Amino acid sequence: MAGVIGRPRRRVDGRAKVTGQTKFADDIALPRMVYCRLLRSPHPHARIVRIDTSKADAFPGVLLTLTGSTFPIPYGVLPVSHDEHALCQDKVRHVGDPVAAVIARTESIADQAAKLIEVEYELLRTFGTPEESLLNPEPRIHEYGDDGNIHKAVAMQFGDVDAAIAKADHIFEDTFFFEGSTHLPLEQHATVALKDPDGKLVVYSSTQTPHYLHRALAKTLAMTAAHIRVIATPNGGGFGGKSDPFNHEIVVAKAAMMLDRPVKITLSREEVFYCHRGRHPVQMKFRAGVTKDGKITGLDLETLLDGGAYGSYGVASTFYTGALQTVTYEIPTYRFRGCRVFTNKPACGPKRGHGTPQARFGQEVQLDKIAETLKLDPAEMRLNIVAPPNSLTANFMKIGTIGLAECIRKVVARSDWKNKFRKLPYGRGVGIACSSYLSGAGLPINWNDLPHSGVQLKLDRSGGVTAFCGATEIGQGSDDVLAACVAEILGLETFDIRVVTGDTDLTPVDLGSYSSRVTLMMGNAAIQAAERARDLLAEAVAEKLSVPKEQLVFADGRVSHAEGAEKSCSFQEAVVFAEAKFGTIGTTGSYTPPKPPARYKGGGVGPTPTYSYSAAIVEVEVDPETGWLTVPNVWIGHDIGRALNPTLVRGQVEGGVYMGLGEALMEESAFRRLPAKLSNALVHKFPSILEYKSLTSLDMPNIFTDLIEDPDPAGPFGAKEVGQGPLLPIMPAVANAVYDAVGVRVDEIPVTPEKILKALTAKAAGKPARYGPDSFPSIPWPETLMVTPPWEGGDGRAANDPKRKKRVADAGTEVKAGITIAREAK
Amino acid sequence: MLRLPSFKYYAPASVEEAVDILGQSPETMMIVAGGTDVLPNMKRGQWKPKTLVGLRGIRELAVMMPGPGGSRIIGAGTTLSTLVGDELLQKNVRGLWQAAAQVATPHLRNMATIGGNLCLDTRCTYYDQSEEWRKAIGYCMKKDGSTCWVATSSKRCLAVSSTDTAPMLLALGAKVTLVSASGSRDVAVDDFYNNDGMSYLTKRADELLTSVSLPNLRGWTTSYWKLRRRGSFDFPVGAAAIALKLDGGVVEHARIALGAVASRPLLSEKASALLIGQKLTDEAIAAAAAAAYDIAKPMDNTDFELVWRKKMVKSLVTSALREARGDDMRAKRLSLARQIL
Repeated sequence: MAGVIGRPRRRVDGRAKVTGQTKFADDIALPRMVYCRLLRSPHPHARIVRIDTSKADAFPGVLLTLTGSTFPIPYGVLPVSHDEHALCQDKVRHVGDPVAAVIARTESIADQAAKLIEVEYELLRTFGTPEESLLNPEPRIHEYGDDGNIHKAVAMQFGDVDAAIAKADHIFEDTFFFEGSTHLPLEQHATVALKDPDGKLVVYSSTQTPHYLHRALAKTLAMTAAHIRVIATPNGGGFGGKSDPFNHEIVVAKAAMMLDRPVKITLSREEVFYCHRGRHPVQMKFRAGVTKDGKITGLDLETLLDGGAYGSYGVASTFYTGALQTVTYEIPTYRFRGCRVFTNKPACGPKRGHGTPQARFGQEVQLDKIAETLKLDPAEMRLNIVAPPNSLTANFMKIGTIGLAECIRKVVARSDWKNKFRKLPYGRGVGIACSSYLSGAGLPINWNDLPHSGVQLKLDRSGGVTAFCGATEIGQGSDDVLAACVAEILGLETFDIRVVTGDTDLTPVDLGSYSSRVTLMMGNAAIQAAERARDLLAEAVAEKLSVPKEQLVFADGRVSHAEGAEKSCSFQEAVVFAEAKFGTIGTTGSYTPPKPPARYKGGGVGPTPTYSYSAAIVEVEVDPETGWLTVPNVWIGHDIGRALNPTLVRGQVEGGVYMGLGEALMEESAFRRLPAKLSNALVHKFPSILEYKSLTSLDMPNIFTDLIEDPDPAGPFGAKEVGQGPLLPIMPAVANAVYDAVGVRVDEIPVTPEKILKALTAKAAGKPARYGPDSFPSIPWPETLMVTPPWEGGDGRAANDPKRKKRVADAGTEVKAGITIAREAK
Repeated sequence: MLRLPSFKYYAPASVEEAVDILGQSPETMMIVAGGTDVLPNMKRGQWKPKTLVGLRGIRELAVMMPGPGGSRIIGAGTTLSTLVGDELLQKNVRGLWQAAAQVATPHLRNMATIGGNLCLDTRCTYYDQSEEWRKAIGYCMKKDGSTCWVATSSKRCLAVSSTDTAPMLLALGAKVTLVSASGSRDVAVDDFYNNDGMSYLTKRADELLTSVSLPNLRGWTTSYWKLRRRGSFDFPVGAAAIALKLDGGVVEHARIALGAVASRPLLSEKASALLIGQKLTDEAIAAAAAAAYDIAKPMDNTDFELVWRKKMVKSLVTSALREARGDDMRAKRLSLARQIL
């Protein structure tokens, strides 16, 4: 039988999942286990004057109540944003912020007792929109950040973008809005913490990032990290919503240590909406200079992110709204300015595509408008400007292989684009859009020189192979990828490999299941570990069989001489030979991404070992009488490099299309305010899975998926990411298809029937045939970092970087110019 | 997760036993059939009955049978799935079948009953929330508060009638039978509802809805069109239910009702009257749809914008009448009602 890589296979954890045997965090039930409920703030912004837990303490069945005083140490996923506490200290910043915890014999008792806690608040002015936060620096939601209620504002420029736009044949200026949305995993967050028999802390949690939870627990509980064990249970969906360390995890960990009993918390659906960390609502302004044949001369992008009440990944999200514009198409000059403000709403963070879908939407819709004005086919126009392979972009992002053109050609051919675009009857239309995403962030969150992923292998005389890795199975299939990479190298089936993942005591660190990093980084580490094991086995077998080591082949569970099958042994015999020769067999592999060429401040967000690419064509039917739109078909091409398990890859592509359509058509993290004279309320409009609308499987269109396979040298067996990229083109492709169908632009996500009908009504009245924002707020931008593009001799640093000036002064010499790509290639 | 509060549960085996229990202390009790409305409301603290009277053990409530004079009796405990599976209903009273088939999902229809759907609590995005959420807005008129946040000057609660079967039964001229320890009475569906989000039913707390009776519908054409975000799920946020008796293409009788645009299902007398004596021409349909549009009063307390919802009333009524005329409306159903039936 051929190897496992590239063969469509049942995933290793499939049987457990379909038979209901997978143990999710909420399935864990332990002897003497007790339950935790959090009391959350009913106010969007208020000072905590007094908390009285005495009535809850006296309630029968209550074992412990906790308030902020037990948790004085702040935490946060980014080192620059340690602005959260497990329980609020002196103030609350959004409805749902936790102020106290009750641990009781049953969940019902904890719930009843929590309602008995008395909290006196002093209400503060609330901030419901980014404009309010920009205009009113006081009161500050946080005592840190760039200014007032501005969390972060960044500005950077690559080449003389103003001159390039000014001399273009056409200038396009467009404003867009992308509404926030949430992840909506089926599994609500759950955590069980306990003190193990020798007195150490063990935390089981539905987390995508056990390593970051491990760090946060060590910090906030002031414990030695080595005395804490975090076990990531299989997640019932993550999508970015379980990649921050969360307050409830820290609370139950502390409670378990205090009570010496297992403590469990399972969030309600409403509480999941308050944990959030979902898609930022983003306002955007795109200004592009374009030649008459559709080439971009310069792009000037401004973004404004509504961050919610905490930092979370927000600084990275801000940079991500501007990082990837340059890696799909040739953009010789570029300026990006992004700003994130705090508001009194649950914190936004990373959701599938992290910060990039919003600006990708604007860019792809603007390209559609450009093609329309220039009378070019938007697919052809894109093909003419696809960025070249093995190149550096204006903002020093290094592109390796790029299968974007092939993605476009595939979807154009398969959808019969040429006979549909602008040719379908009124009410039906097609739209195209493209995108790119990282296969893992090039730099770690916590800056250090350590590997991003580690894999250990244990082989023993039974022939058994166990692979250990800190990566977390969140439904995406990472356990299967780990088993497949090891099995392929050792000539085994995935069923022969036992995987142990996401356990900080047992497994080497992997940074977590976010950033589309696991297949590439864990995969490369797994290959290295497996190759080292194979070398040991080969050496021992070569000696036994008296054949040259280099001529041994590992396949079909045997180790054989390439020249003939007569000299061979079983895999188990090979391990026995090796164990006899070398002692116990264990190997390791690790992966650290290459150092990125971007050296300016903010250049750490965007680099990756290799980018994936996608192109999608969406077909829509729009009823001009009602505005209702229906999506019958989606064609999508994805540059996967190489599909390690095509079944999983197709599942991820379809999942991305599904989530993208939900955002395109209906999902909204909408908030409600009451009349200011009567109420200070600022609440999520519908924190429920019924009223927060997203697609169900019955609402799905046909999806025609093409995988473009051109192995990338950076990926394991050539593989790139697929978890996030295929979502990105869906939203702009829907908006572009609506224009093709009925001739109106909806420059806003979601594209709802109300908005289409408003645009149609405007068009009929002779007004612009459009629905969307008319302006972009005025933002006090900081000094723009000036970075010379590589083709003008730039070195990846900013000319006006304060650090650079200091370095130059210290050394007394000019920093050497030149592109760093050569140095990095070593 | 949200837990049910504790309560006392009675499981009577007959209607007689049930109404005896209800008669003891009706204000502290609630009736539960399928539980798809009562139990989530209890988890969210919207209802806090001390006692639930469960109807699942009462076999006589789950019958369907012919009544006198070509009428038809549907026991209140008949599940919506049973209705959807009834081929005669699908053929002869298509509008009611369409209404039942569009309620929620198959799983919920397996539990939910027609009686429960008629008594469904009115819905509102300020009200269908957890106790904590409602606390964050200072509660509302319908539960624990004094203001209707939908329109703060409103004297009454503006929660929305969200039942699919009620507007259809209203258009059909159906009656319900209410039984209490002191006797029973038949009430026209039109008289079963108040346009008040809080006291939306005229049923007394000690009364049990035991059955629905459809009149003889021979020669009638019926149709139900529902507005919602997803064809797979969702409560109505607008609906048109029509029943017509045609004689040689001319409308002899007409009843047009609207759902989910007020606190009760609304009968549009004017729209109905405009059609009588007319052929179902595009002009006649447009006039009826315009009259129905006039009485729709959607508020900002459901999914979608209210202006758009009101506009959709015209499309719903038009589509229902065109379907009754015999037009092929399958594409429009998918587009407007999000589901092909």
